Amino acid sequence: MMMVRKAAGAFVAVAVAMLAMARSALAQAGFGAPTPWQMNFQEAATPVMAEIVTFHNFLTVLITVICLFVLGLLLYIVWRFNAKSNPVPSKNTHNTMLEVVWTVIPVAILVIMAIPSFRLLYKSDVVPDVAKVREWYPEINVAANPIDIKATGNQWFWSYEYPTERVRFDSFCGMGPIEGACFEQPGPQGAPANRPRLLETTEHVLVPVNTLVRLLVVGQDVIHAWAMPAFGVKIDAVPGRTNEAWFIATREGTYFGQCSELCGQGHGYMPITVEVVSRARYDAWVGQKRADLAVKDGIKFAAN
Amino acid sequence: MSSAYGGAHDAHAHHGPTGWKRWAYSTNHKDIGTMYLIFACIFGLVGGLISLLIRYELQEPGMQLLAEGDYHQFNVFTTAHGLIMVFFLIMPALIGGFGNWFIPLMIGAPDMAFPRLNNMSFWFMIPSAIMLVGSVFAGDGAGTGWTVYAPLSTSGHSGPSVDMAILALHLAGASSILSSINFITTIFNMRAPGMTLHRMPLFIWSQLITTFLLLLSLPVLAGAITMLLTDRNFGTAFYDASRGGDPILYQHLFWFFGHPEVYVLVLPAFGIISHVIATFSKKPIFGYLGMAYAMLAIGAVGFIVWAHHMYTAGMSVDTEAYFLAATLVIAVPTGIKIFSWLATMWGGSIEFKTPMLWAVGLIFMFTVGGVTGVVLANSPVTTAFHDTYYVVGHFHYVMAMGALFGIFSGWYYWIGKMSGRQYNETLGKWHFWLTMIGVNLTFFPMHFSGLAGMPRRIPDYPDAFAGWNYISSIGSYVAFASALLFVYIAIKTITSGERVGANYWGEGATGLEWTVDSPAPHHTHETMPQVR
Repeated sequence: MMMVRKAAGAFVAVAVAMLAMARSALAQAGFGAPTPWQMNFQEAATPVMAEIVTFHNFLTVLITVICLFVLGLLLYIVWRFNAKSNPVPSKNTHNTMLEVVWTVIPVAILVIMAIPSFRLLYKSDVVPDVAKVREWYPEINVAANPIDIKATGNQWFWSYEYPTERVRFDSFCGMGPIEGACFEQPGPQGAPANRPRLLETTEHVLVPVNTLVRLLVVGQDVIHAWAMPAFGVKIDAVPGRTNEAWFIATREGTYFGQCSELCGQGHGYMPITVEVVSRARYDAWVGQKRADLAVKDGIKFAAN
Repeated sequence: MSSAYGGAHDAHAHHGPTGWKRWAYSTNHKDIGTMYLIFACIFGLVGGLISLLIRYELQEPGMQLLAEGDYHQFNVFTTAHGLIMVFFLIMPALIGGFGNWFIPLMIGAPDMAFPRLNNMSFWFMIPSAIMLVGSVFAGDGAGTGWTVYAPLSTSGHSGPSVDMAILALHLAGASSILSSINFITTIFNMRAPGMTLHRMPLFIWSQLITTFLLLLSLPVLAGAITMLLTDRNFGTAFYDASRGGDPILYQHLFWFFGHPEVYVLVLPAFGIISHVIATFSKKPIFGYLGMAYAMLAIGAVGFIVWAHHMYTAGMSVDTEAYFLAATLVIAVPTGIKIFSWLATMWGGSIEFKTPMLWAVGLIFMFTVGGVTGVVLANSPVTTAFHDTYYVVGHFHYVMAMGALFGIFSGWYYWIGKMSGRQYNETLGKWHFWLTMIGVNLTFFPMHFSGLAGMPRRIPDYPDAFAGWNYISSIGSYVAFASALLFVYIAIKTITSGERVGANYWGEGATGLEWTVDSPAPHHTHETMPQVR
């Protein structure tokens, strides 16, 4: 009993500490990582994710009401029709009206649900052009030029290529620029809060804010999945086919995601980090990366 | 030899072999059913033990059970847990166990149509189980997930493990196909005079539909995994994109089997609780025809929704829209079933004995699992949820609380009929409440982990996911403790439970199985009963 109480006490203490940490993490703007005891989606950083959150909130209310309705009926039945309260059972076995009602009302609910679902599906699934995005989201000052990024899933890291900018790099799980550092336990202080363990990568994917990003995703060896919770993007990286997805990030900051298709033993160790930055910083980064690449393997890229 | 036959001769007694031969050579539906139930119980404990290892590993961030770097072993655990629970716990218990025991009893038939085939179906399960368990120890183990997706299962896994797992699935599949042929033939041809299709007990309806689903879907799985086998061993390239194959083809074939399979797992549970609810409400089932045809609709629509498991695989948007709409449709017949059970209880004089507790628990828990399924049907939302713990939470609500609650409901309902002895009511209720607390503690927080973005099938996770995972792990220990309590209850019942008569539930129990003695004699319904 003592043991249980002690464990419970320790547990509450940990919970309180974690909640405090959660609050401080939330205070940090544009930081797309899960927080302790989180019970809902991460804060949306793209308009599509914002719509997913809104739609999901609607669904959650709906399903909660349905569950409470069923639970309420059950509790009433338990109270009213138990053998003590109701010693003589009725013999009713049919009620056509009732049966029609509980068929038609669910159909109506599903139709109401399906309409926004289809709308959001067609919006989020097909890669739009800039004009379309401006039409959908007039409040966003969408940049004129979209950028393309090709993400390749490998066992167990992601390779990125910016075909227009001629930038490419590999991104490993890790606390710093060391390959595979992610596999090690963090020190006694744990991982630094802004570089969460198993989420931080050796190289971040940089994208400019308010810019349409078209993503091409393929698998090199087995199937992986490129996922970014705060963006509402998840798309399988399949060998032999190029899948596409898109997003337009509206808040600067650093966002974390993880591989989301079982790909072997390192599946939990190939995170994804996207940094949303200003156009100026993005341009500077591209310049720097190209200079680095030119030094690294000059012939290929300088010749172009 | 003649002395071994004993004195209890009667005109019809066919004395079969005794001792171990009685079981090994058995063509008796009750003995085979009993063997299936014992098999399911053993493998349920094995699968449960593996889930305990999984939850222990996930209890805190970092590696608990496994060594740093031994991440493959974690995938072997999740794979074995999934396959064992589906193929070696739920199917053998609901179909092989209760199906074998109660189809002949409830339709007034003396046995199954093909008794020797029945024996073969059961004995296929043993080498299948040996192969699957062996695959964990031979080589590195199969860490492919229960879905065995190519190319992870082909070029991604060398060694004998995946081959053994595939052959285990072949054998289990063959066993189920043979059982299905047997059950369908029995149900169509051996019903007592007067028992038309529309007078058939709902449990029989559920078995008929289930076995049709198996008969139509398992051959597709068999083909899909045979192609895996030849891709692995004989140089074919069905799923190898670099040589003109397509990994997505495997997913389509797998889920064409895999989605009907989830209804295979839950429909017999629906059948069982329909009887339990009617019995303990002392009322006939409400809307019988609606209930039967709702199951038929679930089974039929279950065949045309498979690709909702593949929303992120890169299908065309119109295809996704179709699967979204088709999947939503399933909520309608499921709703009919939930409300018809409630209406059966409405106006009843309900006794909350242990089987009824499990049935009522199933109604509510399945509703929770069902509505999260409706959420997941919406493909834009599933972009966020696919392969996260939200999905894990959802399907454990329908499997661990739907199918498994149905198994326990059936066990407590029929154990008196099967063994002639009754369980202890107090212990039964403890078992129910302990399980209820355990599974809800385990699986409800998974929805939160999934919302926060935690992916499935990872041995270690970012520190932020620690809280809900800790709760889940505690819950799993409670749930496993309740499983051990069940083993105690089962042994105690069979060895020293109170003896019961033919109809120990009284006026509410109306099926043909309550007209025969408890325990049901070796041969029953030798003269055809007349229905109404």
